[in-house]
This record gives sequence, C-alpha cells and structure tokens, in this order.
Amino acid sequence: MRLRNIVHSLNYYEIFGLERKLTIDNGDLQKRFYELSRQYHPDRFQTKSAAEQQAVLDKSSLLNDAYRVLRDPVQRAEYVLKQEGFDIGEQRSKDVPPELLEEVFELNMALEELRSGDDTARTQLDAARDKFVGMRQEIDDGLAALFAKYDALQDRLALSEIRAALNRRRYIGNLVNEVEKELNVDIPN
Amino acid sequence: MSTFQIDFGEAKKRVIGIDLGTTNSLAAFQDLTGPVIIPGADGERLVPSVVSVTKSGEIVIGNEARKMLITDPDRTIYSVKRLMGRGLSDVQDELKLFPFQIAEGSDSVIQLKLGERTFTPPQISAEILKQLKRNAEAYLNEEVTQAVITVPAYFNDAQRQATKDAGRIAGLEVLRLVNEPTAASLAYGLDKRKEGIIAVYDLGGGTFDISVLKIENGIFEVLATNGDTHLGGDDIDNLLLRIALEDIENEWGEDISGKNDAVQLLRRGVIQAKEQLSFVPETTIDLEYGPKKYQREIDRNLFDRLITDFVDKTLAPCRKCIKDAGVRVEDIVEVVMVGGSTRIPLVRHAVETLFRSKPHTELNPDEVVALGAAVQAGILSGDVADTLLLDVTPLSLGIETMGGVVSKLIHRNSTIPASETETFTTSVDGQKNVLIHVLQGERELVKDCRSLARFELKDIDPLPAGMARIEVRFLIDANGILNVLARDARTGKEQSVEVKPSYGLTDEQVEAMIQESYEKAEEDLKERQVREIRVEADNILSAVDKAKRSDAYYELSDEERTAIDRAINQLLLAYHSDDHHLIHAYVDKLNEVTRNLAENMMNTAVRGALKGTKI
Repeated sequence: MRLRNIVHSLNYYEIFGLERKLTIDNGDLQKRFYELSRQYHPDRFQTKSAAEQQAVLDKSSLLNDAYRVLRDPVQRAEYVLKQEGFDIGEQRSKDVPPELLEEVFELNMALEELRSGDDTARTQLDAARDKFVGMRQEIDDGLAALFAKYDALQDRLALSEIRAALNRRRYIGNLVNEVEKELNVDIPN
Repeated sequence: MSTFQIDFGEAKKRVIGIDLGTTNSLAAFQDLTGPVIIPGADGERLVPSVVSVTKSGEIVIGNEARKMLITDPDRTIYSVKRLMGRGLSDVQDELKLFPFQIAEGSDSVIQLKLGERTFTPPQISAEILKQLKRNAEAYLNEEVTQAVITVPAYFNDAQRQATKDAGRIAGLEVLRLVNEPTAASLAYGLDKRKEGIIAVYDLGGGTFDISVLKIENGIFEVLATNGDTHLGGDDIDNLLLRIALEDIENEWGEDISGKNDAVQLLRRGVIQAKEQLSFVPETTIDLEYGPKKYQREIDRNLFDRLITDFVDKTLAPCRKCIKDAGVRVEDIVEVVMVGGSTRIPLVRHAVETLFRSKPHTELNPDEVVALGAAVQAGILSGDVADTLLLDVTPLSLGIETMGGVVSKLIHRNSTIPASETETFTTSVDGQKNVLIHVLQGERELVKDCRSLARFELKDIDPLPAGMARIEVRFLIDANGILNVLARDARTGKEQSVEVKPSYGLTDEQVEAMIQESYEKAEEDLKERQVREIRVEADNILSAVDKAKRSDAYYELSDEERTAIDRAINQLLLAYHSDDHHLIHAYVDKLNEVTRNLAENMMNTAVRGALKGTKI
C-alpha cells in the first residue's frame, strides 16, 4: 500500500466526449470505453517514466469509475442528480411510500412468522418477492421514458420525478434483499 | 551434446511470466511466435513448489526437495501458497496436516521453522521464484530481473501483497500480478482466436477461481469473478489421507499419523491413486512402511462419492459469478478448464451440467496459466500490441463505520484500476488524528470481513469538531492492490497517513529479507552451481551413451572414438569434485569432441527423413 497525491475529478460525460444525456446507447459507450482503455490502460505505460505511470493510473481509474457509473441507468441517474444538487441519501428511502404501506405490513408479518419457525410463511414470502421484483422491473421500464423527458426538456421537474422513482426503487430493492436473505436465496460470500 | 541455437538478436530486456502454484510452479516467455514454457536444467517443465533445508543448511527446491518430503519431512515445506498473506488463526486447520513447525512470534506473519532457520511464507515462495529465475537465465542466456506473476483471482489484498513481496525478495521486479483464470483466457483466447463470452473454471492444488469474460476485438474484459482461496486438490488428498490413516490404524492396530515420514509416504500414495482414477476405473492406495504393507482398493464410484461435497463447493461460486456478470448461462459460449484438478471426471461432469456445454480440456491445464502470464509480459513490454486485459477486483472494499458496520466504497467486480473518494472529519474539538479501518469482503459487519489495514491520518490542523475536511482516495491498482491517498480539502495539502497492515510484512521487513537473501546467496550459489553442472553432465553422458549405439558412432575415426572415451573418463573423474569450474571444463570438452558425432547423427536423421524411413 502506498500513498500518493490526489487528482481532481473530471466530469464523467466529458471523459467519453458525450453530451450530458440520461439516455445512453450502451453499445456506443462500450466502444468508446474500449478505445480509451487502449490508450490509457496502465499496461500501455509500463516502459514509461514513473511520473507518466502515475498520471495514467489516475486517468485509467477515473475512466473505469466513469464507465461503471454511466453504463448503469440507476447509477447514471444518481450521478446526474447529485451533480444537479439533489439529495439522494439513503435516509429518504427509509420512509415507507404510502401506496406500499399495506404490502410492507403483510411482508413484515410473514417475515416474523418465518423467523419464529413457521415454514408455511415461505410460500407467502416467495410470492411477495416475485411481486416486488415485478414492481422494480416496472420502475426500470418507466425510467427510460423519464430519461427521455429530461433529455428533451433539461428541467428540474423531470429530475425530481426521477429522484422519486429511484427512491421508490431503492426502497423496493431493500425489501427484495430482505426477503431473499430470509429465504437464503443468495448468501453473500 | 552440442545443440544448435538460432540467435534473433534480442535487444530489449525480457519479462518472464510465472505461475507460482500451490503444487507446481513454472515460467514462460513470449517468443516471436507466441508464449513458450521455460524448462529447467533437467528438462522438466514443472518445478514442484516444495522447498527443503538440508542438515548443512542448504536450500533445495523442486524435485530434489520433493524427495526430501519423505526423508526429511520436518525440514521440507509444500503448499506454502496456502499460507501466503494469512494470519496464524486463519490456518489452524491446515497446520495440523503440515509436518513443519511454526516458530514463536507468528502474529501477523507466520514464521516457519526449518531446522535452525525460520522463514516467512513470502521467503519460501521467493526460493521457488529464484529457482525459476535461474532456470530462465540459463535457458535464455541473459539476466532476468522482471516478471509477471499470477495469483488466484480471489486472492485478497494481503495475499497479493505477500506474493509481490516474494518477488522482491527473489530479486524480481514484479511488473504485474495477473489473475490466474484471466491469464489462462489470454493464452486460450489468442490461441483459438475466440470472441464472445467465456467462463474459466480454475481448480488447482489449493485454490479455486471462476471468471466470466467478454472477448471482443483483442479486449479481454472480465465481467465477474468468484472463488475460494482455500479449495483445491490438496483437500482431496487430505480427505483420502485421513481415511487411509484410520484404515491403517484398524488394520495394523497402530496410529501412524504422528510419524511424518510414514504420513508423507502415504500422502504420495493417495495422490497417485487420485491421479490414476482420472484415467482408470479402479486402482489401489499403497503404503510400504518398514516391514509393513498396506493396500486398499478404490474405484471411481467410491471416489466420486467421497468428493461429491468437494465438487459441489465449487458450484455456488460459479452461480454467483454468472449472476454478477449479468449474463445467462446460455450466453456463455465456452468453458475453459484450468488447473490439474480439472482432470477429474466428476469435476468435468459437474461443470458440463452447470454450464450446459462441453468444457474445453484440450489445453494442458498445468501450463496454460504460465503461458498467459508470458502473454501479459509481452503486452507490458510492448511486444503484444493489439491485446488488452481489463480485470476486476474480486472483493468489495469498505471502511468501518459506527456500530461495527462496513460501508462499501468499491464494489466487487469493479474494473481495475478503480477508485472512490471519501471525506472524513473530526468528532472532537482540536482532534489531530483520525483512524480509518479498511476491510475487504461482502458481509455487512466488520467481524465478518477481512481486515486489511488501519490508516491513521496524522497532524490534522486543530479545529472545532466537524470542521476538518480530509479527502481520502482509495485506489485499487491494476494488480488489485490498495493505494491510499489523503488530502486536506481546505488547504489542498497532502495529508500524512500512517499505514498499519493487519497481515503481512512491513516494507522494512521486506528490505531486511532482501538483504539476508543476498548474504545467503553467496553460500548457496556455490553448491547450486555444482549441482547444476552435474545435471548437465548427466544429460550429456546419457546422450553420448545413447549415441554410441547409433550408426553414426561407427562412422567416426578410431582417433575420434578414443578422444570421446577419454573425455568421458575425465568427466566422470571430475564429476564428484566440488569444483564446478572443473566439471564445466570437462562437459565442454566432451561437447567439443562429440561435435562430429552430433553432426553425423543429424545427417543420418535427415537422410532417414528424406527416404521416409524411420531411424
């Protein structure tokens, strides 16, 4: 482990020479990413001076960070929201969206039952998970339209709609994780 | 005998690729036509990853050391890779199975006791690397100082750092650590000119990795990786060994598990049986110990049942990896099999079932990683221009927050180099130091993750609580190793940081080991030179012996034949001296007087080939 100086961040869109739009063609983005990687990957600078290697390490990590964020619609939207001064903290997603109140109540009951050893709750939880996964998918499908709206109008109103959708999405995502953890679907390493 | 070498007039310094394996290690280099394995002086391509210290204090490596596993088990170390970058508490289970002893004071780095000397795992690995370096220097006839070394993809920061330390101690500048499955994909993809999504299933002696990659236009992009750094063929050996030991206790009425030499003999026996069962339906586990004999029949059915759990353990990481890669099983066009344990039929069958396609087994699973490392070495030195590897970090990186919870900064499967910046502040008025605890792993709680290091931000300007702004950038470099950068956001000044690694050697310790290695090198060098020239002498003596029975020998004049006999006798007399210069001189002499014989044989071979007859 070593210590070094910090570089200032560039705008992720500028790195790829892209306009700041929420709608992105991932095939085109990958092509740009591969081209830039060929230029800026540390492998290409192994025979160069230490200073050049240092500089390219910063560049390539920035490039990878930018690609990781921009290729994912949710991370991309969060990035733009943050840049526009929106607060996208976890805290907001802790409040139950009113339209989900009933479902969340039932889910918590089922989780309680399963934890207290009642295995019949399992089917109920399976159904709940499928439902929430479906809801998340709906939000994802709706995001594309919201992205197009923002790209056309570039206004903050569209962005607050996107933020609301993302908060709802995060909330549902947490529910899915909670259920899956209880069902032992995917134990993290 | 004389051989003919073509000199391409290499101007640049060569970078070699090294597969530092649990069971075997090997080196390769990028030739004009592609990667080539570098054999040792004895012609063997694999160097067993075994290191032994003789009673006179001399270090021996490889096949010679493997013999000492039986005669001097308590002075001989194998599978040291399993101990790299680990703490004593991590390896309690395997230490029970190892015959060697742990020295006092093995807190953050394990100390192994071999006779009178103690070694850390990186020092043992360094001895293996030095052997590979010597082999490469002899083979390429030039000094080798730079290398690419492969590591299991699932190695954490400490294990990677330990591997890099081993390189430094061995006098090698480690230009890059490459993940083993990724290296294999390089060798495989270039060889087969593959495009599309492939999986690499790498089950070696001690570690298991699974990686999913996208190959497009010379770019090898790793999409996801998973694995287990404590799962490999060794575990099968240990399982069979335990069963056989119990069996023997029942049969002989004697527990031999405390007898290191017997256990090592039996270990050899079970390994042999395991290897045979990949090719024949049944075999036996044999042990001859003193006057006593043990033999147990084992067939593939029984073997399969014994290892089912073991094989199953590799499948969960595979499923997670496919999921993380964001692909469906049917998107994966091919599965490449790497590592000696993929020769086991049940392993192949399980992989075929999971991936729903026949796995690729035509490459030598022992060599493909080293070949890939050589390709990466070629990329770094600019010899391989159109190929680029984009690898990922296998484990999430996070910092400890309130309540012993880990806050993730860089998620697993992020393309490296990857970075994240976090701002820290003080919680008390005038606070000057802030401690940051960095961890690796996927779990939520600190106690379930792997502690990497504690970073202490020092000499912060005294300010009211919450006013200081220290930006810390966490950067995982192309080796998968963490770099930490800190800056005072208000002043823009570099912030001083002290690093306390949780496991592993400090820079000062590595420097001391390099120093020690130089001092020991003088002593070791002489004995090694004698040993190496004797191997060369053995080779030429047996070649000449064979040649004497060929037609070409009878085409020589009487004088030539007498000269050869005289040179043989002189070499035999010099053979047991301790003077490597002397032996060398007579090897050269024998080479010289047999030059005509070599040429005659070559001509006979050419004539035979032209006539289409076998000679």
